[in-house]
Amino acid sequence: MRRRFALAALLLAPAALRADPVLAPEPLAYTQLPDAKQEARAQALMQTLRCVVCQGQSIADSDADLAGDMRAIVRQRIAAGESPEAIRAWMVARYGRWVSYRPTVEPVTWPLWGAPLVLLLIGGFLARQAFRRRRRG
Amino acid sequence: MIAETGLAALWIAAALALLQACLGLGALGREGAPLMRAVRPVAVVQALMTLTAFGALLLVFWRTDLSVKLVAEESATTLPAMYRIAGAWGNHEGSMLLWVTILALSGAAVALLERRLPERTLAATIAAQAVIALGFFAFLLFSSNPFARLPVPPVEGSGFNPLLQDPGLAFHPPTLYVGYVGLSVAFSFAVGALLTRDVGPAFARAMRPWVLGAWVFLTIGITAGSYWAYYELGWGGWWFWDPTENASLMPWLAATALLHSVTVLATRDGLRAWTVMLAVVAFSMSMVGTFLVRSGILTSVHAFALDPRRGAFILVLLALYIGGALALFGARIATVKEGNRFDPVSREGALVVNNLLLSAILGIVLIGTLYPLAVESMTGEKLSVGPPYFNAAAGPLALILVALVAVGPVMRWRREDVAAVARRVAVPGAITLMALVAVLLLAPGMRLLPLLGLVLAVGTGAASIAPLWKRNLRRTPLFTWGMVVAHLGVSVSLAGMASESAFTKETLVAARPGETVRVGPYVVCFAAIDPVAAENYTAVQATLIATRGAAQPITLQPEQRTFDNPPQQTSESAIATRLDGQLYAVVGEQVPGGRWQLRLWWKPFVTLIWAGGALIALGGALSLLGRTLPRRRPKVEQDGYARAY
Amino acid sequence: MKTVRILLWLPLVAFLAILGLVSSGLLKPHDTTVVSQMVGKPLPAFTLASARTGEGAVTGKGFADGRPRLLNIFGSWCVPCIAEAPQLMALKQAGVTIEGIAVRDRPGDVGEFLQRNGDPYDRIGLDDQAVLQVALGSSGVPESFLIDGKGIIRAQHIGEIRPEDVPGLIETLKAIR
Repeated sequence: MRRRFALAALLLAPAALRADPVLAPEPLAYTQLPDAKQEARAQALMQTLRCVVCQGQSIADSDADLAGDMRAIVRQRIAAGESPEAIRAWMVARYGRWVSYRPTVEPVTWPLWGAPLVLLLIGGFLARQAFRRRRRG
Repeated sequence: MIAETGLAALWIAAALALLQACLGLGALGREGAPLMRAVRPVAVVQALMTLTAFGALLLVFWRTDLSVKLVAEESATTLPAMYRIAGAWGNHEGSMLLWVTILALSGAAVALLERRLPERTLAATIAAQAVIALGFFAFLLFSSNPFARLPVPPVEGSGFNPLLQDPGLAFHPPTLYVGYVGLSVAFSFAVGALLTRDVGPAFARAMRPWVLGAWVFLTIGITAGSYWAYYELGWGGWWFWDPTENASLMPWLAATALLHSVTVLATRDGLRAWTVMLAVVAFSMSMVGTFLVRSGILTSVHAFALDPRRGAFILVLLALYIGGALALFGARIATVKEGNRFDPVSREGALVVNNLLLSAILGIVLIGTLYPLAVESMTGEKLSVGPPYFNAAAGPLALILVALVAVGPVMRWRREDVAAVARRVAVPGAITLMALVAVLLLAPGMRLLPLLGLVLAVGTGAASIAPLWKRNLRRTPLFTWGMVVAHLGVSVSLAGMASESAFTKETLVAARPGETVRVGPYVVCFAAIDPVAAENYTAVQATLIATRGAAQPITLQPEQRTFDNPPQQTSESAIATRLDGQLYAVVGEQVPGGRWQLRLWWKPFVTLIWAGGALIALGGALSLLGRTLPRRRPKVEQDGYARAY
Repeated sequence: MKTVRILLWLPLVAFLAILGLVSSGLLKPHDTTVVSQMVGKPLPAFTLASARTGEGAVTGKGFADGRPRLLNIFGSWCVPCIAEAPQLMALKQAGVTIEGIAVRDRPGDVGEFLQRNGDPYDRIGLDDQAVLQVALGSSGVPESFLIDGKGIIRAQHIGEIRPEDVPGLIETLKAIR
């Protein structure tokens, strides 16, 4: 297994130890799309997909073979005109919500996305209490 | 013998901590004065004993004494000398000993140096510090003994993680730990003050230098850690919202809020309960953070894989300390005399908003970090909370906070006139607008967050030096300079972040030696690829020559290193720093056709991120000097950062 | 005033909640396997070149013929795949139909691997860029999927098949017929 940026090796040894595959990866795993706009879209998406092998990093950063294959898939699909969100949904359908670093907005993540607002409200209430109490005297 | 000496010193230190706790608590009672006199030497000897233990650990690592289990597992005779020493804290047991050493040293520092705190509160504080130390001594002695021996020493050690074999290791963990553990002083102060119910300006003035000191180290530690990750990991990123990073950010956020609220308490005798609360929270975040990332409960790059017994031990310690302090807070704080009243539109009003925003960001980071764990334990489903969440949730609040940096320092204490503030920020406001127009014209199509960040950075940068306007700079107190420099650092850092995020150019190619590629303004020639050998690894080294216009060409030599003990490959990036940014190169694997994967980035003004961090730390250090050095103090000067001009 | 009094205990409550959460996390060992969400869904369509010379392309079409199958993802470069080879042979002996997907592999290497470790496979497709592997939601090699007679994925086995796993797999394959 080539865990080059081997933080991953600190992390876990998933199911199995592996030797080096002999076959070279698809070029799109490590080169960019010719169209800069498409590449920017692909890059933005890859930054938010979690590598299933080296779990502490995105597929854009990971050097695991599977991450490279996933990069190639993302670039191919972007080049074919698919939208980044459709590709994210495709990945989530395969690996679960876990694979997306960006939590989807749905009931299970409502508390998460609502947290900033709730925190500000509680804080505002506390601050207002302090001020009002202080002004009265 | 050395290992046994270290272990014995550790036991003596633990016993002394117990004695210190008893003496301190005893001094709280009537007739406590003689006990109090005994506390100081005990605290100092305890620190010396801990230091001896730590010295013993360094020595066994330096000599690579393989009969010590920890050395055999975490080091090797083939390691370069620097990592043989720094390796002492590159593992769980060693880093816990470092933690305890700093804890004991800060306890001794309080006992020796603290003169401003009322005697009884000081006794309670020292007792609290000893109780904390006692728990961690117990943890070391009973479940993480760094000096355990092996019956049969191996011929060679298992080696040391190559990723940690970097000068950063010598520097980053110790500074971060001084910051983490330094916050324990504020925690003990808060507990002491809760015990004696003595919360007021004197307490705040006494606590402030300790908080400042810890905060400076925390700032340096985080900044250094970010740069270390940036060049060592070879991904070109500088912040990943990894649980470990969050664990260091949370105490920093709490300490930053505490620094500002303690000023309100010191100057205006307001925010009493809140300040005590923050002092408890700041160190609690240090402990929770350290535990969380080590326990392996959260998937993090820093996990030391704690076994469940150790995990349970630390968890009990946390429950006792944090739970105890918070329970004390709930029970006692209502009986502490209420603080002063103040007007919402005032310096203290602005500081309250600052605290509100910092606390909200802290809450977001905490919730985001723990959310996957919560969902998994409730529904069994796994999900990830990563950069997109943290940026979207905390980014806007952080920008408002930065905007506040422009307004707050030019507001008066007690009461302020809105129109007057508006007049004072008119010039920075105009500069902000001009920056907005300039950015819109020069860099159209920027994303919103970097755009706002860049514009705000310019405006706040201008505003942050406003408190110096029309002042006699030589008579301006050091702590005012400190504030100005730290706030300037915030805008410098923000400018770097926005620029990196908006203007980075990336080139990923597979190239043959002799080929040329472009990245940003540079033309990069892939000149050669050669094998190289070093003390404990072999590598392939690419030679890249980058030219921009007529400037002197830059040679970059990124490497792909192969270590044998333990077997691992790492990628060593090559970075060239120029005034207007950094050129960053990584060499990857070989692919068919004699080509090599190359990753190149041009990152304009990325260095500002860490330069800003350094400025923030420098500002803190200046403030600390201003607060501790004896000085002539102008009579009209109010205690606080600066008088509004 | 009263609400403020209650709020004073809020930090403790929040901390206890975190403590509870963390202890539950500590009790249950952290599991880092990424499970495929494709279980219960039809096998994705695919067309792969065969690893055996002279054989036609391997496609997903033939899978819905009423026979349950074990789809094994492996590679000649993969060390644990050698360890699981005897178990695959045992499964074949027990009458299980096994289809192979060789990831990032060359036909010659696959042939050598099979010669050394036995060949339990009906057909072997070459998944050069792990396209099928990703489409299946698999995160490593080796991994096996149990497919029922209607071509629906019914179970995933992560990691190598150990001797003690064999009876369970046979049971499951019988059950999903």
